[in-house]
Amino acid sequence: MRLAGRVAAPVILLPVASAAVAQSIPSKFNLPPPVTPIGAQIYDLHNLMLIICLVIFVAVFGVMFWAVFRHRKSRGAVAANFHENTSVEIAWTIIPVFILLGMAWPATKTVLDMKNTADPDITIKATGYQWKWGYDYLQGEGQGIRFVSNLSTPRDQIEGDAPKGEHYLLEVDNPLVVPVGKRIRVLTTANDVIHSWWVPAFGVKQDAIPGFIRDAWFRADTEGVYRGNCAELCGRDHGFMPVEVHVVSQQAYTEWVARQLAAGAAAPATGGATAQGATPMPAAPAAEEGAAQPAPANAAPAGN
Amino acid sequence: MAAVTPDQLHDHHHGPTGLMRWVTTTNHKDIGTMYLIFSFVMFLSGGVLALTIRAELFQPGLQIVQPEFFNQLTTMHGLVMIFGAIMPAFVGFANWQIPLMIGASDMAFARMNNWSFWLLPPAAILLIGSFFVPGGATAAGWTMYAPLSVQMGIGQDMAIFAVHIMGISSIMGAINIVVTVLNMRAPGMTLMKMPLFCWTWLITAYLLIAVMPVLAGAVTMVLTDRHFGTSFFNAAGGGDPVMYQHIFWFFGHPEVYIMILPAFGIISQIIPTFARKPLFGYASMVYATAAIAILSFSVWAHHMFTTGMPAVGQLFFMYATMLIAVPTGVKVFNWVATMWRGSLSFEPPMLWAVGFILVFTIGGFTGLIVAVAPIDIQVQDTYYVVAHFHYVLVAGSLFALFGGAYYWLPKWTGHMPDERLGKIHFWCSMVFFNIAFFPMHFLGLAGMPRRIPDYALQFADFNMLATIGAFGFGLSQLIFIVVAVKCVRGGAKAAARAWEGADGLEWTVPSPAPYHTFEEAPVVR
Repeated sequence: MRLAGRVAAPVILLPVASAAVAQSIPSKFNLPPPVTPIGAQIYDLHNLMLIICLVIFVAVFGVMFWAVFRHRKSRGAVAANFHENTSVEIAWTIIPVFILLGMAWPATKTVLDMKNTADPDITIKATGYQWKWGYDYLQGEGQGIRFVSNLSTPRDQIEGDAPKGEHYLLEVDNPLVVPVGKRIRVLTTANDVIHSWWVPAFGVKQDAIPGFIRDAWFRADTEGVYRGNCAELCGRDHGFMPVEVHVVSQQAYTEWVARQLAAGAAAPATGGATAQGATPMPAAPAAEEGAAQPAPANAAPAGN
Repeated sequence: MAAVTPDQLHDHHHGPTGLMRWVTTTNHKDIGTMYLIFSFVMFLSGGVLALTIRAELFQPGLQIVQPEFFNQLTTMHGLVMIFGAIMPAFVGFANWQIPLMIGASDMAFARMNNWSFWLLPPAAILLIGSFFVPGGATAAGWTMYAPLSVQMGIGQDMAIFAVHIMGISSIMGAINIVVTVLNMRAPGMTLMKMPLFCWTWLITAYLLIAVMPVLAGAVTMVLTDRHFGTSFFNAAGGGDPVMYQHIFWFFGHPEVYIMILPAFGIISQIIPTFARKPLFGYASMVYATAAIAILSFSVWAHHMFTTGMPAVGQLFFMYATMLIAVPTGVKVFNWVATMWRGSLSFEPPMLWAVGFILVFTIGGFTGLIVAVAPIDIQVQDTYYVVAHFHYVLVAGSLFALFGGAYYWLPKWTGHMPDERLGKIHFWCSMVFFNIAFFPMHFLGLAGMPRRIPDYALQFADFNMLATIGAFGFGLSQLIFIVVAVKCVRGGAKAAARAWEGADGLEWTVPSPAPYHTFEEAPVVR
């Protein structure tokens, strides 16, 4: 038990200490520092549960290892013969129920918060393609902007022929841009198979399902660049379709929107070109045939 | 009492010899042995796939395999380990042990028993053989989510047929176990006197009968979507891709308990033996097992929190899932209470059992954490989930299987397994398992998705560590081959009661157990 106690103290303090520094430093050991209210709730909820679980773990296995070291036959231990105790058994059935209630209460509030996607300032549709993301600004400032976001990590970095960059596999040609402090509603859908739009720092992961629209929301309170991945296996290049979101000031966002819309107006009437004049938008997704279809030609950063 | 009476009471070796003995055998011990050998071969095959995956993930960048083949490896690793290794291994234990533990002369349907085993090798050939067909094996994940599985080549069809065949095999095995346990117990052995291993298998068998047809339905719908123009999972034709997930996980979550409840049973046999003290809370163990099984039917959508279901749906499945922690906790508490004030010794079976409790409980806690919907949305489809289910499937099911193997090898072979090698096997497995899988919790929390052949640079350190652990773990399993072969060939003679504290009918017959046992049913007081 002394040994268990010595081990336990730092183990219990670890998440507390890491929570204190988490707001600033990205951790290799924990969820990324949250920048949305939902993300912060999830972060705290995880810390709470981790601590409760660690305490129970230390208590239960403190008892077990006490038995392992003390009640050994080689130390002359003689077995007792008890094999039931109704009150103890009822206690260790009822008490966990109350612990679970304590966990479920904050979790319920977060679920209800996550699911409340009403009254967005800006609505953006994210469409999953094999293997890239398409973004349509549907409502709010920036309405009408649409572009495709491809992995921008060069092929020779993946193949090992060039040194890997700082944001290896987490960088795109056309990042999603949103203003800080605004309620952004993300509608997700897909063109071919199921994808999942995920930005860990926002606490948002929403599957993009062909033929259906789902939604999620976030309000990023800190400017910066936030990166994520497709989180649902979607075929060959599932690992090569990152999400990159730039959260910028209101002023910078307004300027970005103006540039995008100007570039869009200058583009051919078929529309859908990006500011950089890069990739045209593939065919409208909605309820596309889910069956086998050739991958978009410009999609593949890896394997052929 | 005995529903099956062997024809030749005194001429035990009347049947065919050589290979045909094994092809035609209806003896539960022969069939159990074949199940165990088959599952170990599949375990090694799935292990080779896993080590190829880990080799590719040793460093960032693509070095060894291309992404499409990588996805085939992860898919087939899952299918081979679940349907080829873990499930048949438990059926092997059931075949060997249930008749011995309830005092029956054999399984109830001896010929069906033969068939349910011999369906497995063709299924395995279909599964492994799919690597060599045009387009290779299916790369849609072991979950075979539509519409991705609809895009796959002929390897997908082979996997679907393999799953069909293995499902039929499992259902027949399960029917056999239910009928044997309910009808062939020795006089005096009431249900509540039955060893816990038989109880957990009885409940598992009902789960199998309930959910394997559901899986068959799901994959059959994928098959018709692929080839016959149906649109079960195609929105353009009025179907719904998410419906596949609902059907799949209605099978898939009970399946999780199919793979762990018999493990609970094995642990509940080993702990009292080496604590030299009866199992604490026998009745509550039975009720907890039943409670877990019943709850397992109402939690399936916790695998689907990110598909976007209504808040009420998320809350229901979150609460129901959290509730499973209660009966699971009861089991852990009961095992610890069994050890408390016992007279403990730590031969290899006990090491595996204690290791199981410790490491499985970590998997139980992470299971509770991912049950909470908001946290699950953050860690769904990341390495956190990979860590979680390997803690319950490897440190859970597999550790229990090894514990059971060391425990009953004396009864099967007549020789004690090499204790020193058994301990080395345990400690290597325990240490390397944790080196391989513990860092994956951190990887998942920090944001590394699963099923990717290449990753961002921030994940490099832990991936390298995990790969080292995985190779150590994989190589450690070769020790078991040495132990098993040595034990079959010779070693210290095992007494009928091979372990000092062992209790139960199987320890009343000689070691090795004669070809036919309990031709006359024993009487249990």
